[in-house]
Amino acid sequence: MSVFQSTAVILVGLMILISGCAQKAMKDKIPDQNRDYPAAYGDVIVQGTIADPAILNPVLASDTASTDVTGLIFNSLLRYDKDLNLEGEVAESWKISADGKIITFTLKKGVKWHDGRLLTAHDVDFTLRTFLDPKVKTAYRSNYADVVKTKVVDDNTFKVWYRKPFAPVLEKMGGMPILPKHLLKGRDINKTDDFNFRPVGSGPYKFVSWKRAESVLLQANPEYFEGRPYLNRVVYRVIPDMSVQFLELQNGGLDMMGLTPHQYNGEANTQEFNYKFNKFKYTSNQYTYLGFNLKKKMFQNKHFREAIDIAINKEALVQSVLEGLGAVATGPYTPRSWAYNPEVKARAFDQLRAREMFVAAGYRYAKNGKLLKDGKPVEFTLLTNQGNRNREQTAIIIQSQLKEVGIKVNIRIIAWSTFLSEFVNKRKFDAVLLGWSLARDPDLYSIWHSSKTGEHEFNFVSYKNTEVDRLLVRGRQTFNRNKRQQIYYRVHEIIAYELPYVFLYVPDSLPAVHARIQNIHPAAAGIAYNFIKWYVPEGYHKYAK
Amino acid sequence: MHMDMNPNVSPDSIAEMKKMYGLDKPIPVQYADWVGRLMRFDFGRSFLDQRPVIAKIADRLPATLLLSGLSLFTIFILAIPLGVYSAMHHNSKKDRFITVFTFVGYSIPAFWLALLCMLFFGVILGWLPISGMRSVNHDMLGAVDKFWDYCAHLILPVFISAFGGLASISRYTRSNMLEVVRQDYIRTAKAKGLPRHSVYYLHALRNALLPIITIIGLALPGLIGGSFIFETIFSWPGMGRLAYESAMNFDYPTIMGIAVIGAMLTLIGNIIADILYAAVDPRIRL
Repeated sequence: MSVFQSTAVILVGLMILISGCAQKAMKDKIPDQNRDYPAAYGDVIVQGTIADPAILNPVLASDTASTDVTGLIFNSLLRYDKDLNLEGEVAESWKISADGKIITFTLKKGVKWHDGRLLTAHDVDFTLRTFLDPKVKTAYRSNYADVVKTKVVDDNTFKVWYRKPFAPVLEKMGGMPILPKHLLKGRDINKTDDFNFRPVGSGPYKFVSWKRAESVLLQANPEYFEGRPYLNRVVYRVIPDMSVQFLELQNGGLDMMGLTPHQYNGEANTQEFNYKFNKFKYTSNQYTYLGFNLKKKMFQNKHFREAIDIAINKEALVQSVLEGLGAVATGPYTPRSWAYNPEVKARAFDQLRAREMFVAAGYRYAKNGKLLKDGKPVEFTLLTNQGNRNREQTAIIIQSQLKEVGIKVNIRIIAWSTFLSEFVNKRKFDAVLLGWSLARDPDLYSIWHSSKTGEHEFNFVSYKNTEVDRLLVRGRQTFNRNKRQQIYYRVHEIIAYELPYVFLYVPDSLPAVHARIQNIHPAAAGIAYNFIKWYVPEGYHKYAK
Repeated sequence: MHMDMNPNVSPDSIAEMKKMYGLDKPIPVQYADWVGRLMRFDFGRSFLDQRPVIAKIADRLPATLLLSGLSLFTIFILAIPLGVYSAMHHNSKKDRFITVFTFVGYSIPAFWLALLCMLFFGVILGWLPISGMRSVNHDMLGAVDKFWDYCAHLILPVFISAFGGLASISRYTRSNMLEVVRQDYIRTAKAKGLPRHSVYYLHALRNALLPIITIIGLALPGLIGGSFIFETIFSWPGMGRLAYESAMNFDYPTIMGIAVIGAMLTLIGNIIADILYAAVDPRIRL
């Protein structure tokens, strides 16, 4: 037997061994999913993160790995409940003055820092001043730019004055993570390494330890003002490779992760996986779009944009790119938002009508099937960023669908920083394929207002509509949710009608959580809103106390 | 700075940050500032977390040294005997098998082999941990269990990276051996009736190993720089990932710090190799 033959035999043998062992015994102890167990304290939940957190001070952190962790350590004044209504967290109540310029927050009594001191209005005031201090290296200062003055009325009452009425302040002021004044007063917060890497907060979990690039460990705060969290410890493990994260999940090294559509339908759909994990599926608050550069003459014709819109089969994109785990986007809001206008429907895919519309708009078809404008074939370049496989696939599908109506699309995939600095910021593009992850407050002023077309600003497609401008300004000044909803319904409708973007799809969030963990109920806000109430029933704990 | 697409960041804050980091100064001034700091071994603070770059590197260095030190050690322990064995039986079936085996290791993409081994030993057999340097409950273990916990986590990364590195050292050893065994003193040793085994291992190997010293010198930067692919796949908290993560986050002070240290180590490695070479081979004088 030659060397090659023997090597081949060994390799084949290995493969058989691997596939033969594929059905491993189910060894995890899983509670019966149809029974209600009493809540119990204890056990650990291990979560994965792609990157090591940068800094555990929420004023300075701008990466999601850090804000995920600080979200459990710090509290804010308000938060969103499971139906995406604002409710008090540290704040007992809040009052907005008649002119909308003064907000008074009344704090809950008895909220304590992890070191035992009481959390008071002085801490809230100190935190706001920290955000506004120009020496502090924070990325969020503009959230508070309209604050004129603040006042600590008493230990439990805090007042803030705004230059003008601004509805999103409730989200911005309410979402501000509160820092302990007694630990940070008079110090250069950029360099308080003892605090930034060993934070002391007031939240449901206390910081315990951080092994750089490996893991962060948090411990339940037994004196938390909303009750001690059931899960005793939270571990964030840094696992930079997504396929390794999935292996770790299967192996028991992780208890929770977001699945890709491919995993959801495939490897995570085996009998063993479905036994060991609960999978959830709900719409996310992000969407992918094809944005036109409205400074280019070609895209200024609305009929042309509309013809492109109906020439792209978005349902097919959802089926192929997202493997059916998502929905067609209809406009600038996703179904996760209360500003999403359910009356607005996506236009039906109809390439015949698209052809007619091109002709009606003054285009003409050559004998070889190419679309011509003034005798020249119509073509444009579609730019997208490197590293996002879904977008790359989407671009290719759009390219082939527009080819069927005679338009040549050239795809260019460019590294993110160059993409922004050389093309988007300089407006040197025809069309871009990008996505937005939206905040929960529906204010979209920075994306759609015609004043936001400056070099680093986000209305880079140069969309301009006086009614939308007016509505966006009014939406910022209206505090009544029903009135705001009507305003944003109209914004949704106009933008969907005018098509500065072709709105493509809204992907689903697909988290999987180990089945020993109970009391998870998906709602409009996702699954994490009642994290402190998740528990593992007695007798099913995986990690000892 | 990687904040351009965050709708919560205003252009004012971008201008403010530029000023804070001195990016509004002319480039020659910025360069002079940087060289000045470098002379004092001050690599500055990371953009990402405001920590001194030196501290960030110090965090990651031990993990990389442990992994690459052990795999380099494993490579030498396995590759040198393989090379000698190949040379003793050169052009035989055994020699060819070793050649194919080592080149398979050299050619297989490490990340692919790593994923297969993780699937097999981690998920299917459940014998070994999949990734990371220690378990989640490591701190609660006793000293002996801690040691075994490290060992279990080291097995896959060390052996897979050693598998990829076998080829070059064993081939070097093999060809050096073949050259040395043709020399007169080996014929003399054979002629005076020494056992074949001691001719090869005592007399020939010593001279055949001389060029290997150069390779050890050149391995120094790699030893400390770590491997991005390996550390990413195995979630190993080392230098390779630090370099990659800093690059992805536009964390220039950290990137520069790692690059400068890498450049210095390459030079130091070369000098050490030259000195060692002269020390072990009396025929060479500096």
